[in-house]
Amino acid sequence: MTTLPELQQQVLEAVEYAEPLCIVAGNSKQHLGRDPVGRVIDLRDHAGVVDYEPSELVITVRAGTRITDLQALLAEQEQTLACDPPLFDGRATVGGTLACCQSGPARPWVGSIRDQVLGVRLINGKGEHLRFGGQVMKNVAGYDLPRLQAGAMGVFGLLTEVSLRVLPKPRVSITVTRSLDAEEAIRAMNAIGKTAAPLSGAAWHAGKLYLRLSGERPVVEAAADNLQGERLADDGAFWEALRDQTLPWFLAAKNLWRFSLRTSSPHALPQEDWLLDWGGAQRWLSGDHDHDELQQLASDLRGEVTRIRGGDREAERLPTVSHGKRTLLTHIKQAFDPAGVFNPGRLYSWM
Amino acid sequence: MSSTVDTAALASQFREFIEDSYVVLNDEAKRPFECDGLAVYKTMPRLVVMPGSTEQVQQCMRLCRRLNVPVRGAGTGLSGGALPHPDGVLLALTRLANILEIDAEARLARVQPGVRNLEISEACDGYGLFFAPDPSSQIACSIGGNVAENAGGVHCLKYGLTVHNVLKLTVVTVDGDVITVGNEGLDSAGPDLLALMIGSEGMLGVVTEVTVRLLPKPTHWRVVLASFDNVESAGDAVSTVIGKGIIPAGFEMMDSNAIRAAEAFANAGYDTDAEALLLCELDGTEQEVERGIDSVAEIFGQHGATSIRVSADEAERALFWKGRKSAFPAIGRLSPDYYCMDGTIPRRMLSRVLKSISELSLEYGLRVANVFHAGDGNMHPLILFDESKPGELQKAEAFGAKILELCVEVGGCITGEHGVGVEKLKQMLVQFNDAELAQLNAVKDACDPGGLLNPGKGVPTLRRCQEYRAL
Repeated sequence: MTTLPELQQQVLEAVEYAEPLCIVAGNSKQHLGRDPVGRVIDLRDHAGVVDYEPSELVITVRAGTRITDLQALLAEQEQTLACDPPLFDGRATVGGTLACCQSGPARPWVGSIRDQVLGVRLINGKGEHLRFGGQVMKNVAGYDLPRLQAGAMGVFGLLTEVSLRVLPKPRVSITVTRSLDAEEAIRAMNAIGKTAAPLSGAAWHAGKLYLRLSGERPVVEAAADNLQGERLADDGAFWEALRDQTLPWFLAAKNLWRFSLRTSSPHALPQEDWLLDWGGAQRWLSGDHDHDELQQLASDLRGEVTRIRGGDREAERLPTVSHGKRTLLTHIKQAFDPAGVFNPGRLYSWM
Repeated sequence: MSSTVDTAALASQFREFIEDSYVVLNDEAKRPFECDGLAVYKTMPRLVVMPGSTEQVQQCMRLCRRLNVPVRGAGTGLSGGALPHPDGVLLALTRLANILEIDAEARLARVQPGVRNLEISEACDGYGLFFAPDPSSQIACSIGGNVAENAGGVHCLKYGLTVHNVLKLTVVTVDGDVITVGNEGLDSAGPDLLALMIGSEGMLGVVTEVTVRLLPKPTHWRVVLASFDNVESAGDAVSTVIGKGIIPAGFEMMDSNAIRAAEAFANAGYDTDAEALLLCELDGTEQEVERGIDSVAEIFGQHGATSIRVSADEAERALFWKGRKSAFPAIGRLSPDYYCMDGTIPRRMLSRVLKSISELSLEYGLRVANVFHAGDGNMHPLILFDESKPGELQKAEAFGAKILELCVEVGGCITGEHGVGVEKLKQMLVQFNDAELAQLNAVKDACDPGGLLNPGKGVPTLRRCQEYRAL
């Protein structure tokens, strides 16, 4: 295992020689953000469980721990990392999943990886190993620096350890499908979202609405009986492929955009190729488009758009940031990483 | 820090863009603002300013930044987080009190920071929706304060804290820029500035609009009330329920002092001979609730509960809760003053911590009543004291500090939901080492280079750290 002093040493050397570091573990999210640059600092071997108390619903693992290993360990206790993040061929790690804020189809109902993080340890740009947050559910001592790391793609430091809240694993899931167009599906997903039905997935793909219910068998059965449509046999395969972006639709998409929107926003560009998830709050668009035009559309739909695949990796991929926010982010980056060694330019060209 | 501009001149500069009556100079009118819910700390602010729009907040910030005048918000907080600064302008956002939009379809509401917590749930009740965070002060506290403190409440074990139930904020930075963090969807790309702002005690920016997530109201609720003749069994029963995969909507525990005080006050039918009492509420569909209640009652029985009662109807559920909800005022009747602590611990450490607290209680000669959000490990020991007796407040504070250090020692933290404020600045040194505090301060400087936003709260400056550590 790569030890902490070794990692700290690599950071200090990078600072000394002003050499950018490219943080990598499972190497499963290379396609996200702008082009990775710099000398690779690899956390793959910085893995393993630090502490797990099933009755506390908390687990602490080193950042390089694979999500598959984590989920297998939790399953032994009938628990789960409820946000069910993409496994990306088994390579996804806890650190990368938090840094890229990746969550699966159940996210609207069980929360995201960001919601479930209770504490982190990280090495900052001075080579200091710091602990923020902890292993308890409620903690307002100091600023929420653990959750700040969600989506930061490592630009503030090297995550070494993560404490996560875990949940009981639902015993049963049933999926009901129905043929609908996208516009009807958005209405249907929002309508059922307002009820107390035990939803754990609501997606629309290729003319079909998929609703998943999870929990105790009698509860799920009763709720499924209330829904129109057909039950989907072997539904696990569909949700896994949706989560891991291995549905043929994803594999075929040379250009891929991700919209994060107010869930009830109307369907737009109906002639284009869409896949809807998270009850309408996460919408994937395949096809060659102009980033600025899509940003205008996202803003009209009360949300934002990120380029995930295709196009120029040197150009901005994330939504455009206002002047005030850019100032704030630049200052926060300097507060963590004064020499600018961690993943420079990965999020934004200017940071 | 302190500005050279005299106060009357400062007031007239504010009056150029805010109506005269909302720029308050005279002492009588400023008096209500001199403390928050932790009234042992008081300071008269230099000036109280009540902007009526995001634009006015923006102008206020630009003026304060130019003149180097410190600023803070308004509050019902319990940690002195809203204690005024003697040289500072108190920015009271009470006029920003409108619900701007409820989108029942998307299950969200856009509100101004002065809207009261309970008002949101009341406004969307007709749609079958509610806003989950429900701190005990929910009738009075504002959503802006909830954001500042990352407020929780009795239902946060199942439904999460403020940080889990806010989608987006409009924030005025110290430079007077208006930025939005978060998104009306479920996440936004880039570092999670939304989470950074929530719980930051008004030290990183001024929140002028909040978009909250609304949840469907459950259709059924029932609560189990159980008595135990020792605290350990009750603590173990809590761990077993959670370990079995049951997530109660609320899970509360009280010790014998708290039980007796609450029962005398509320007549809720609590067993006053019990050493510990558990209240476990389940909600959801009828089937979910019925199955869950049976399991919980069975577990309580296995752990030696001396009595188990399940609420038969809504009236009885309300009665069972009445004792818990009135615990603080009830304990207030036992003693002229009480000091409410807010540490969080891993649940399994409960008996150990309660035992140490009762030993400390003997050592300091001050009584303690314990009220505990058992499900999420957040404890509220209430230290009873009499401020009119010389030295007793200091003794209560020293006792409180020991409890918080104990929380850290067993793997917990010094504040679960009340915030650091000015009250727990010293305990921040127990929670964090100097490098960690320096990193927290660096983030503060990044957002507020002049140190004007709610100065002296939340994170001790390095100079204060050295002074404290030297003690």
